[in-house]
Amino acid sequence: MALDKSEVEKIAHLARLHVSDSEAEEVTTRITDILALIDQMQSVDTDSVEPLAHPLDVVQRLRVDQVTEENQRDQLQKLAPNSQDGLYLVPQVME
Amino acid sequence: MEWETVIGLEVHVSLSTKSKLFSGSSTQFGAEPNTQASIFDIALPGTLPVLNEEALRMAVRFGVAIGAEIGKRSVFDRKNYFYPDLPKGYQVTQLDYPTVGKGSLTVTLDDGSEKTIGVTRAHIEENAGKSLHEEFNGMSGIDLNRAGEPLLEIVSEPEITSAEEAVAYLKKLHTIIRYLDISDAIMAQGSMRCDVNVSIRRKGKTELGTRTEIKNINSFRFVEKAIHSEVRRQQELIEDGGQVIQETRRYNADRDETTSMRSKEVANDYRYFPEPDLLPVVIDDEYIAAVKAQLPELPDAKKARFTAEYALSEYDAGVLVSSREMAEYFEIVARQSGDAKLAANWVSQDLLGLLNKNNWDITESPIEAEQLANLILRIKDNTISGKIAKTVFETMLEEKSSVDEIIEAKGLKQVTDSGEIEKLVDEVIANNPDQVQQFKEGKQQVIGFLVGQCMQLSKGKANPAQVNELLREKMQ
Amino acid sequence: MINSTVAELSAALAAGDISSVEITQAYLNRIADLNGELNAFITVCEESALRQAAQADAARATGNNSPLLGIPLAHKDIFCSKDVLTTCGSRMLHNFISPYNAAVVERFNDAGAVLLGKTNMDEFAMGSSNETSFYGAVKNPWNNECVPGGSSGGSAAAVAADLCAMATGTDTGGSIRQPAAFCGVTGFKPSYGRVSRWGMIAFASSLDQAGPIAKSAEDAAIMMNTMAGLDIKDSTSIDKPVEDYTASLNKSLQGLRIGIPKQHFAKGLSAEVEQAVRNALAEYEKLGASIKEIDLPNSHLSVSAYYVVAPAEASANLSRFDGVRYGYRCEDPVDLEDMYKRTRSEGFGEEVKRRILIGTYALSAGFYDAYYRKAQKIRRLIKEDFNSAFKEVDVIVGPTSPHTAFKLGSKSDPVSMYLEDIYTIAVNLAGLPAISIPVGTANGLPMGMHIVGGDFEEAKVLNVAHQLQQNSDWHKQKPAVLASAKGEA
Repeated sequence: MALDKSEVEKIAHLARLHVSDSEAEEVTTRITDILALIDQMQSVDTDSVEPLAHPLDVVQRLRVDQVTEENQRDQLQKLAPNSQDGLYLVPQVME
Repeated sequence: MEWETVIGLEVHVSLSTKSKLFSGSSTQFGAEPNTQASIFDIALPGTLPVLNEEALRMAVRFGVAIGAEIGKRSVFDRKNYFYPDLPKGYQVTQLDYPTVGKGSLTVTLDDGSEKTIGVTRAHIEENAGKSLHEEFNGMSGIDLNRAGEPLLEIVSEPEITSAEEAVAYLKKLHTIIRYLDISDAIMAQGSMRCDVNVSIRRKGKTELGTRTEIKNINSFRFVEKAIHSEVRRQQELIEDGGQVIQETRRYNADRDETTSMRSKEVANDYRYFPEPDLLPVVIDDEYIAAVKAQLPELPDAKKARFTAEYALSEYDAGVLVSSREMAEYFEIVARQSGDAKLAANWVSQDLLGLLNKNNWDITESPIEAEQLANLILRIKDNTISGKIAKTVFETMLEEKSSVDEIIEAKGLKQVTDSGEIEKLVDEVIANNPDQVQQFKEGKQQVIGFLVGQCMQLSKGKANPAQVNELLREKMQ
Repeated sequence: MINSTVAELSAALAAGDISSVEITQAYLNRIADLNGELNAFITVCEESALRQAAQADAARATGNNSPLLGIPLAHKDIFCSKDVLTTCGSRMLHNFISPYNAAVVERFNDAGAVLLGKTNMDEFAMGSSNETSFYGAVKNPWNNECVPGGSSGGSAAAVAADLCAMATGTDTGGSIRQPAAFCGVTGFKPSYGRVSRWGMIAFASSLDQAGPIAKSAEDAAIMMNTMAGLDIKDSTSIDKPVEDYTASLNKSLQGLRIGIPKQHFAKGLSAEVEQAVRNALAEYEKLGASIKEIDLPNSHLSVSAYYVVAPAEASANLSRFDGVRYGYRCEDPVDLEDMYKRTRSEGFGEEVKRRILIGTYALSAGFYDAYYRKAQKIRRLIKEDFNSAFKEVDVIVGPTSPHTAFKLGSKSDPVSMYLEDIYTIAVNLAGLPAISIPVGTANGLPMGMHIVGGDFEEAKVLNVAHQLQQNSDWHKQKPAVLASAKGEA
């Protein structure tokens, strides 16, 4: 499946990536090449095949409903690019 | 032109587990920002989810309670979008294989009629954190305490046809959830939230009109008002030749109107796919049977029992089962007083009136069920009259004393001594010769006035039945 | 000393011939000498390594004799290590001092191993040459103009050049086995679910698996004894008893049925690699094994399916890198969208961004069935191919990579890079255990042979690899160029 520049822009926005005009062409070409590689799988008929999401045929384990975590806010917020009064700060969120 | 409204509701209920859906962080309400946000909750790289068994059990409990199909194999999916209160950049939810499938609940409308409304599904998902908008120099503050708390999203079929039905459905859902003890379900605190899908169509048409979604309404009353205003808007729009566009709207209570939230809507494509960090959740019949066995008596069953066992009216029974605590309270009063009728009256009128006036919940009632039962017992054994009982009831609010102590201390004991009553009656007959004459001439209703005089003279303590009897005797 | 295996070092430590401090210092010296050239380490923990070594020596004095006590190791920089910089080879995490330990790190700590440092890698493990690292390419110790393979190239180079006794890696499509082949060391990918993923920065959750990179299969088995096992913090970690992987190493291969997939000995395989693998197969026949050609009819689709599944999962796994709570954030964002887009565009390298775009595309509305769902179906076909093959054979053997290490900068287009993992990728899709062991050199560069086992047959795979190493010395060959380079310095 070939891709055009506007589709690349749409995907880039969904992924919150910035693709500049100068990069757009190269990115589009590369992705189109990769999609050609991927599309090789379209040659196989898989109508009767069940998808396999996981190599393991096992089921989810459950956790006892217990509070096991302690407050680590001060330590964790040392990692934050911007925080104040215990909150992570980001440019204004518009609702 | 005649219009028909079609409404579907999506209700988010915060499950009252001790810890979060996928981490061991506390879910206690009201903690300092980010003090309940662990390395998993802030999505540090390398951290992984493990499912809370209680959240699953609560979801199944709800499903069983509404007679729903239970997903024996449910699958979690990632719903991808960027938002600062969503640390992983995806919300873990259940798309194709929810834990709770099709079920239904029956609501009673104001005219007493009943309607069964289908529940399409209920799925388990994570809550997001909160964005705070003030005081940070144009920045927003993010608090992730709420991020990762377990939610149950309950989706109704588009079978609701009026605001009244929508509210009845929500109230019923609220009651059931509270009975099941799976959530506080307090709309004002956000532990129950509601999105409303509204569309209209010409009466008689079967295909659905274009719907709008009104997000995050936080009270029953606003749900009702938001629906009314949105239906009005859609009708006017179409009648003026316009078209409804599918979009998300917000209800503005001050202006009583819905407004578009289109700005946030740009090209939403959530790219759902099965969450690879979690495996399918498998439950068997035994598990479901065990959950079923632990269900409490639910409101419909309780109401039926109250009308049968206590001979209450449908209405009274309906009021009394509206919360599990209220029903329990009533049953204690009824059992200990031995008079279900009186118990129902006192609980549904006097007590409920008092609670509503003060905005108290039944669990905050200053009068305990045992005390109210004692009060009724004193009416029944003629220690006090029904009227004096109201005085005692009010005193009970102010004093911690027992019913008997109050009656004793205030000298409210009913006068049943026939000698004392005779004195009263004699005095009243002597003081009201005109009325006595009228009675003798056959004007029976005067008796009421004369009894009243006696009661007044006794400061309400005389036994009215005795007074009545003696008056008639003396005036023959 | 520094070229000893873990087994040898362990014996020497137990005998009191050497101390952990001595060994650790020797490796630190070697790192100081060679890391400038090889760029195998992103972080070297000199101080804490010597402290841990001293603690290990003290513990040994009180009678502790655990096999890894005092043995110096390196962790791939994808494993979170408490209070140590953990970058995942990315600018996005250039300042991320992890506040917690990965399960793998914790297990080696508990075993008393000494952490020398964190090894370089392709950014977020996306690459087959180690050239996508924000910290620069790693050089192949056999030839510094060549790549070490990827993504665990730093670990493979460090083991090959004796910068550590052992190292950890992770393998999503070949990231342990291909660099092991290129660097002439032993690299083992366990079954999916055998080693906890807790604290291992996710690339593709349903494919990622941690494993050892070592100087011998025996060392890999010793490491596996520490790494493997249930971890309740990882829902995909399997609750299955862990064997003593060293116990079965010496089992005879008499009667072993080896399958060789015809698809892996076809066009595209270089003659010297084919010859090397056939030589090794001849050794196996001498050891009593029988060789049989098998068919993996869908193996040619593994790269296609992989490049949907892995980028799709990665596109979501990497959404958390948004500049809000940790890691890189762009300067002076004008608004929220600007913060997201610039943070992610500046913080991620080209290959990572490319894979995020592919994954996003594959999952986007209208394409899900044609890509993601289709790939999951192919995944089942591939798994079923292996299931039928393992009804006839005990292990599957072939080349790890079609050729020896290629020149740095020689593969500029992504598709040819993706095809590097053509023999290894199917194993990840099926979740099977597989090892790459050295089988000789060509033009001064090592070649690797791939041995694949059935589900949770790690003991058998290690046994088969060890038996060859007991009867050959390919795994003992050392990069000569390096020795002379050091001599000149």
